[in-house]
Amino acid sequence: MTTVTTNGSTAGMNSHGMPERSIIGILVRTAGLAVAVAVLVWAWHSAEMNPGQLVQDAGNMATLGKDFLRPDFTEWEFYAAGILETFAIAIWGTLLAVIFGIPLALLASANIAPAWVTFPVRRFMDMLRAINELVFALIFIAAVGLGPFAGVLALFIHTTGVIAKLFSEAVEAIDPGPVEGIRGTGATKLQEIVYGVIPQVLPLWISFALYRFESNVRSATVIGIVGGGGIGMTFNETMRSFQYPQAAAILVIVVVAVSLLDIISQRIRAKFI
Amino acid sequence: MSYALSIDGITKAYGTVRAVSEINLRIAPGERVALIGASGSGKSTLIRLSSGLLTADSGEVKVFGDAIQSGGKLTRDARRIRRRIGLIFQKFNLVNRLSVTTNVLVGALGRVSPLRGTFGFYCRADRDAAYSALEQVGIEKHAHKRAEALSGGQQQRAAIARTLVQRARIVIADEPIASLDPKSARRVMDLLSELNRTQGITLLVSLHQVDYARAYFDRIVAMRGGEIVFDGPAAKLTPDFLTELYGASAEELILPGQFEAAQAPHTPMRMENPAELARALN
Ligand SMILES: Nc1ncnc2c1ncn2[C@@H]1O[C@H](COP(=O)(O)OP(=O)(O)O)[C@@H](O)[C@H]1O
Ligand SMILES: [Mg+2]
Repeated sequence: MTTVTTNGSTAGMNSHGMPERSIIGILVRTAGLAVAVAVLVWAWHSAEMNPGQLVQDAGNMATLGKDFLRPDFTEWEFYAAGILETFAIAIWGTLLAVIFGIPLALLASANIAPAWVTFPVRRFMDMLRAINELVFALIFIAAVGLGPFAGVLALFIHTTGVIAKLFSEAVEAIDPGPVEGIRGTGATKLQEIVYGVIPQVLPLWISFALYRFESNVRSATVIGIVGGGGIGMTFNETMRSFQYPQAAAILVIVVVAVSLLDIISQRIRAKFI
Repeated sequence: MSYALSIDGITKAYGTVRAVSEINLRIAPGERVALIGASGSGKSTLIRLSSGLLTADSGEVKVFGDAIQSGGKLTRDARRIRRRIGLIFQKFNLVNRLSVTTNVLVGALGRVSPLRGTFGFYCRADRDAAYSALEQVGIEKHAHKRAEALSGGQQQRAAIARTLVQRARIVIADEPIASLDPKSARRVMDLLSELNRTQGITLLVSLHQVDYARAYFDRIVAMRGGEIVFDGPAAKLTPDFLTELYGASAEELILPGQFEAAQAPHTPMRMENPAELARALN
């Protein structure tokens, strides 16, 4: 059956045994290949790729591996406090983002605000999203110093952009009928939003916010490594003082805590969709 | 005396399509007016223009003497004037996830202070009004259910209860029974005409099928291609005259449809959807 359907299109090639090619086509392909190879070679050197080092430092690798295979949980209370701090950073980073993201989301929605409002608001949101949390973390560490508050601010700013976009997409997908029903009673614009828009988007909003919270816990861990507080900061300290068994214990705790959170959060989100 | 609704030279075009063209219409307080016409004749557009949900290209709409829109713009008072109009839609347009009571209380928004209304602090009197409106339309048992849990007919009655809480003096309805089965359709129409008789609420109701219009309304306004082609007593609108007005598309309006089916004690055919019914009868 397939032979019948493809016959027509392949007939032209089959007479030559190959698709037709012009000289120019061959030149373009060769040039493309050459460029690709050049890029790879340049990137190899630029990234200082050196597989030999893995062999050369095999001894190091072996100790590291051995140490990591014997995680040391003696200071588990300290690590637990660290992971709780990471959660706290994620909670406030996400919550602030939701609080500030909601008005932005509404102002960015074409079915709520006029184009001259949605356009600048969307560009502003794009800006917040375009810059990674880590970059914001470094900026805020410079501004407010090392510690969890810098982490909260970094997550807050980046997540506000993300949340506003997700929330706004939900708002733009609502059924306009109920909103008109409310408008018809002589309600104000704000009342239209409170009674007509929010009830329609709330389940999605909750689900998005929880999802962002999950990923913010992971981000908060990484932000900690650059100095933004929480378990990441603890991890960085143990690594720098070569306490690999302790570092391994922290990784185990992070993996378990994040997995647990994901499972719980997914359960909750499933209820709202 | 001012008219309940007075439409003056209203025009609305979508690109090159003139959905509503230079329409004049006056409805006195307490009147019952049916708006009929084949689909695409401009009924919904006229209704949306009347309630200020849509702004015209030109012309003026007044509700009980005050302009809601004029010269293509809503007036400053549009929101206040809208409170006098109870709007009913084909798809009910309730907020599905909110309770029936909350949906009905929305009718009080125009009256209570904006701050209280926005945060849902309704006073006892408003809550009582909502409950008695639900009683009046016969769905007080479902007051605490989510709107989406109600049948179509019950949702439409909740929408009518909302206009009661709103204390609307005119109810404008766009095909309020087009999504209902014949029994619910009759119930909704009975309810609307009862409100007209007992409370003097003016009715402007667009309908797809002429048999309902003749049964419930004194005056019928017929539209075709965005214009009013007939405005007069229901009795004058005979099938022959309809065929004269609409030619072949009259069939769509005079289908021996839902209405007789609903009157028969045992309906052999119970279909939710008028389009399905029409197909079955062809
Ligand atoms: N939003 C719109 N955009 C473009 N054309 C529209 C729109 N709404 C209505 N129309 C057109 O206007 C005419 C009247 O439509 P409508 O008022 O919905 O008629 P009815 O309610 O009688 O079926 C139709 O030709 C329709 O296609
Ligand atoms: Mg219509």
